[in-house]
Amino acid sequence: MPGVAGAERLLGEVEEAEAALREAAERALDGEASFDAVIAADQKIEPRDAMPDAYRAGLIRQIAQHAHSEIIGMQPEGNWISRAPSLRRKAILLAKVQDEAGHGLYLYAAAETLGVSRQELDAALLTGKQKYSSIFNYPTLSWADMGAIGWLVDGAAIVNQVPLCRCSYGPYARAMIRVCKEESFHQRQGYQSLYVLAQGTPAQRAMAQDAVDRWWYPSLAMFGPPDADSTHSAQSMAWKVKRFSNDELRQRFVDMCVPQAEILGVTLPDPDLKWNEQRGHYDYTSPDFDELMRVVKGDGPCNRQRLAHRNRAHEDGAWVREAAAAYAAKNRKVLA
Amino acid sequence: MSELAERTEVELLALGDDALIAAQRLAEWVSRAPTLEEDVALANIALDQLGAARMLLATAGDEDELAYRRDDQGFRNCLLAELPLGPARGDLDFGWTMTWLLMLSAAQLLRYTDLAAGADEQAAGIGAKAVKESTYHLDHATQWMLRLGGGTEQSHRRVQEALDGLWPYGHELTEGIRDRWLALVEPVLAESGLTRPADRWRPDGGRAGRHTEHLSFLLAEMQSLHRAHPGAQW
Ligand SMILES: [Fe+2]
Ligand SMILES: [Fe+2]
Repeated sequence: MPGVAGAERLLGEVEEAEAALREAAERALDGEASFDAVIAADQKIEPRDAMPDAYRAGLIRQIAQHAHSEIIGMQPEGNWISRAPSLRRKAILLAKVQDEAGHGLYLYAAAETLGVSRQELDAALLTGKQKYSSIFNYPTLSWADMGAIGWLVDGAAIVNQVPLCRCSYGPYARAMIRVCKEESFHQRQGYQSLYVLAQGTPAQRAMAQDAVDRWWYPSLAMFGPPDADSTHSAQSMAWKVKRFSNDELRQRFVDMCVPQAEILGVTLPDPDLKWNEQRGHYDYTSPDFDELMRVVKGDGPCNRQRLAHRNRAHEDGAWVREAAAAYAAKNRKVLA
Repeated sequence: MSELAERTEVELLALGDDALIAAQRLAEWVSRAPTLEEDVALANIALDQLGAARMLLATAGDEDELAYRRDDQGFRNCLLAELPLGPARGDLDFGWTMTWLLMLSAAQLLRYTDLAAGADEQAAGIGAKAVKESTYHLDHATQWMLRLGGGTEQSHRRVQEALDGLWPYGHELTEGIRDRWLALVEPVLAESGLTRPADRWRPDGGRAGRHTEHLSFLLAEMQSLHRAHPGAQW
């Protein structure tokens, strides 16, 4: 079975970021260095360092949104665990969805270092005050969606997240290094699962193509609005939280997917997709950003369902969390 | 086939089916657990059960053939494994789940320990690996029984109800290992402040393929995609 061409290079970048992080720690500036000096020297800002309020608030928003995405993202794939068509695929999918919960945990921990509590973060997700990635507001309608999501959605997540391994905020950068290593396994399992379908029976091939048709544009939309309309980008770049623009990352993703689709034997649903010799990139049709904004605002196919599911799980678990807290309190008293 | 080999094969299939059906039940918790940490833990236990099931089923034939092509009457799991994780079909109750896990993992720990000490080399290898996992599952369930039994009035009531509901199914589960099983489970109940139910009704039949109404629903869901594409590779 073919490897995911291009993905190895991205994993190499994660390792470089990890090495850079260690190096930066060794030549750390003295404790009195100003925020601007730390950023200029490509050093990491740590929780106790002084930082502008807007830097802190922006990071809380970004990390929280990222954590929420991991948690809500468990639902569309969790939807197929019970029906996975072989025990091997069931085990892989279960492990993958479990990893996403783990990613949520690392990221919530990173957000907490900025002075926000887990309860506040949970509440912000449950009330819809903070968003999560809109990709998870699309339904998983067939088994092939597990392959397409692994390949395209985890693939887009990796392209988005690899540069974050070099983000200026230390705890976020370190969390992203861990996350990216696991995401590459997610992408590989999706790609291989889709490959088997694309080489399979006529019904399986049709299922694979249908999934790619449905997930391609939502995956392109994962990189956010076009650069011209992106509200947070410029400041975020100056603070070295973000390193590339939305459109740069989207282009990177398209360039990576085209040869992968050829190996898979699936067609990307864009008649205008073609190599542009001059630019050295593929030309492609942009996703429908009006649709993206509708989904962001709450009117995607599954927004209501995803939030209702999360709220139900939270409410159903309330008595268990209360019991654990009461038990811990009683035992503290006994010890004291 | 020797009598011992035949007995081992029947036992391995029964244990494999217990683990497979338990994994399918536990996976219902994905994205629904009371805390994120517990979501990870339950998925972990489901993965262990699934891993053990695959090793055990492989001793009896092709794992997917066995998992996806048998009807409910072909399954040899005990009734406890297939019960809904709550008082009625479709329920998902954490107190029921932890009580169920306590009962099941204590029995699995004993069966796998015996397997590990047995004459069949392949079975002993599987048993040795699964013993470590069952020890963790039993500990996880135990920690929660203590918290729920000794937590709030509501949690105590709910977990006692679960225990009363599930206890009868422990008879079939522990055939041949009852005393050793009680020695593991009773102290946990006592420490959790729970009342050990009396032994009265003893439902069984699972090991002979006579199941509850719940199993065919579980299988209908689990097998639907595989059966819709006969002969396909995944
Ligand atoms: Fe993730
Ligand atoms: Fe992922």
